Amino acid sequence: MKVLVPVKRVLDPYVKVRVKQDKSGVDLSNAKMAMNPFCEIAVEQAVRLKEQGVASEVVVVSAGPQQSQETLRTGLAMGADRGVLIPTDVALEPLAIAKLLKAVVDKEDPGLVLMGKQAVDGDNNQTGQMLAALLGWAQGTFISKVELQDGAAQVTREIDGGLETLQVKLPAVLTVDLRLCEPRYASLPNIMKAKKKPIDTHSPEDLGVDVTPRLQVSRVEEPPARQAGIKVESVQELVKKLHEEAKVI
Amino acid sequence: MPSYTAPLRDMRFVYHELIDGDSLQELPAYAEATPDTVDAVLEEAGKLCRDVLQPLNRGGDEEGCTYENGVVRTPAGFKEAYAAFVEGGWPSLAADPDYGGQGLPHLLNTLVEELICSANLSFGTYPGLTHGAYRALHAHASQELKDRYLPKLAEGTWTGTMCLTEPHCGTDLGLVRTKAETNDDGSYAISGTKIYISCGEHDLAENIVHLVLARLPGAPAGTKGISLFVVPKFLPNEDGTPGVRNGVSCGGIEHKMGLNASATCVMNFEGATGWLVGESNKGMRQMFTMMNLARLAVGIQGIGLSEASYQGAVQYAHDRKQGRGLNGPRYPDRKADPIVVHPDVRRMLLTMRAYTEGMRALGAWVAREADIADAHPDADRRQQGDDLVALMTPVVKALFTDLGYDVTNLGVQIHGGSGYVRETGMEQFVRDCRIAQIYEGANGIQGLDLVGRKMPAHTGRSLRRFFHPVANFLAEHQDNKELAPFVQPLSKGFGRLQTVTGWLAQKGLSDPEEAGAAATDYLRLIGLVALGYMWARTAQVALAHTGDDGDGFYAAKLATARFFMQKLLPQTGALVSQIMSGKDALMDVPESAFALSA
Ligand SMILES: Cc1cc2nc3c(=O)[nH]c(=O)nc-3n(C[C@H](O)[C@H](O)[C@H](O)COP(=O)(O)OP(=O)(O)OC[C@H]3O[C@@H](n4cnc5c(N)ncnc54)[C@H](O)[C@@H]3O)c2cc1C
Repeated sequence: MKVLVPVKRVLDPYVKVRVKQDKSGVDLSNAKMAMNPFCEIAVEQAVRLKEQGVASEVVVVSAGPQQSQETLRTGLAMGADRGVLIPTDVALEPLAIAKLLKAVVDKEDPGLVLMGKQAVDGDNNQTGQMLAALLGWAQGTFISKVELQDGAAQVTREIDGGLETLQVKLPAVLTVDLRLCEPRYASLPNIMKAKKKPIDTHSPEDLGVDVTPRLQVSRVEEPPARQAGIKVESVQELVKKLHEEAKVI
Repeated sequence: MPSYTAPLRDMRFVYHELIDGDSLQELPAYAEATPDTVDAVLEEAGKLCRDVLQPLNRGGDEEGCTYENGVVRTPAGFKEAYAAFVEGGWPSLAADPDYGGQGLPHLLNTLVEELICSANLSFGTYPGLTHGAYRALHAHASQELKDRYLPKLAEGTWTGTMCLTEPHCGTDLGLVRTKAETNDDGSYAISGTKIYISCGEHDLAENIVHLVLARLPGAPAGTKGISLFVVPKFLPNEDGTPGVRNGVSCGGIEHKMGLNASATCVMNFEGATGWLVGESNKGMRQMFTMMNLARLAVGIQGIGLSEASYQGAVQYAHDRKQGRGLNGPRYPDRKADPIVVHPDVRRMLLTMRAYTEGMRALGAWVAREADIADAHPDADRRQQGDDLVALMTPVVKALFTDLGYDVTNLGVQIHGGSGYVRETGMEQFVRDCRIAQIYEGANGIQGLDLVGRKMPAHTGRSLRRFFHPVANFLAEHQDNKELAPFVQPLSKGFGRLQTVTGWLAQKGLSDPEEAGAAATDYLRLIGLVALGYMWARTAQVALAHTGDDGDGFYAAKLATARFFMQKLLPQTGALVSQIMSGKDALMDVPESAFALSA
């Protein structure tokens, strides 16, 4: 079974986010970028499925600026077999990405799409669900455990009240949560091998997808600076402050 | 413990923009070192250092290594971390593909080593010595020995050591007493005691390969009678697996000022089986292959610790609020301003940064020349690289570790009392750095190597390999107005260096004590000028990017370059006076004057 893993290039989560002066968005010039951490988890899981002999091939796909190729290389260094790059300088929205991915799924015909539950740039948490809907496939979201057998996936989902276990028919779209697995460090030999693994390129036009944004960002602002903490003298004072100032109790 | 982020932006700057490391790709040996590979390697090494090695640094320092009945245990977590390091293939980075290496440039390895040293210096000694042993065997051992040991060392499943020091001999290796006697099968029986042997015994690897200096029967006295032997902890079986235990054992470990997670061992050789590496009585020369590389690597330790300390200091300078800006409060809504507003704190921070980044640039330039010396198809170009590396090896070793000590000390100072307290981790950097000024040849010896050996070598040819590029740079940019604030101070410092060099060449020739008296100051002088050269080149690159500087990286480079030129490079003036006052103030003092008075 072929597994398709979409991966996104985002601002490195270890880097401090700077808002552009004109408040039109986040300043990415010269900023350090990295693979979205949830995508890393999806790649790791896919590679494990391959190592277990469940998956036959792992294909990573990324839509975004040309440099998303580096993100694909990261996935290849972790153990994916080949990459698909969809280069575009348009700021992609979840629906556009879902449509692009659908086009890739139509070409590649994977048995499973494993992807992050969200990307840490927009925190939208939509692409996986939209992709499943466009494909008419089953979906399992926020999964923290997965087992594949007999054409179905047993997945454990992290939900508000606890854990939910579902049986999802394949092919399916599964979106992964933080606790599914710990991504590996790419080994040096695999980093070197990754360079020689193939990456196909398809433009959004090739795939017949119109990626024109449908939303307009009016303003991006930094969250208000955190106030310094204070020490309270007594429990009573704490309760009073929580009640009257913080209004949480 | 300060958090640590690999300084990848600066490393990429140095590699790709400043010293044109990418030109190494044109050498057939380094065709794999494409810019994207270099970046990917740095990126992944940075992650491993941040997530696996750095979290063990403080605990490793507190717990240290333990010794019991000849067995040495590394602190909690080291075994697993080393396994991950080996699993990731990192020991093979700069090793020869013929022996399982990745064949990447020494330059890249140098940057990765810096990351490791920042994250966990003690940890870094194990793979560091392994790579040194690898290089010495690769350069000098017979094919049979290479086939037996190199793949294991490149894998990191076996680690290496260098066994030089004995109780009565450190700097003066001509005094080595350990003996080697001939066995019937062509091997040798090695007997003697070595002390202070880093990584001599530990629990990280399945076998340990000692490179030992010893004397053959009837060998001439002094350094001309020393041979190099490879002595494994377990004798390898025919199939390469570790076999029976050899006659070498650890008699104890030292309790030290720092570097506590690196086992410093007394090693007893009792008729241990060893094999001669290369020719007999040429051991010193062969060991120098290992030592020169190790000296460069020790210099890199200075950078790594400086960077780690600087990162801690920067965070603290923003967080800690004390006092008010001298020209009025900067943050009137708070009770006090962060200490980063104070001129003296800025002096410390900028000193730390200017030295750290300057050393990174200089170290990388020297490493690139080492790659050229190894792999350039043209013999003349190889020779040029070799000359520059030879000249700069003592400078990198001594200057970087002395500055590393100064920088880590400033890191403590910026933290005030909390820097002196163990918890913040700042004082550990100072203690860990201290040894780097001593081992691999105490820094005073590096000065002697520079003025006694490297400076006069081939009638000053090595020196010219440094002087020419600086002179050319200055000539090329003498009319560049924008660059003048960098070119002029460099030109002044360089002029001083030339004057002193001429003076010293004259004086030292007729009176070696004059050379000896000037050595340490001269090393600092040439080191400062070399850093000034790197900063001027940095400014040149940065000036071309003022238009595309979204994150202010190049502006920060220019500001730091300016600081270096105005506040640090002028030290050259004082050094000139110190040096040219000659030896008298030192040597006219009778030895009896050093007696302790009651
Ligand atoms: C933690 C640690 C790890 C070590 N690891 C190793 C290792 O792995 N392998 C190994 O073989 N050794 C190792 N050493 C030993 C180290 O290399 C020596 O300590 C070092 O070379 C200095 O030798 P020494 O201690 O005998 O000092 P000495 O040689 O006694 O020197 C004392 C002082 O005198 C000065 N001095 C000596 N001779 C001269 C001279 N001719 N001219 C001017 N000044 C001079 C020196 O600069 C120094 O300041 C290690 C030591 C330590 C503490």
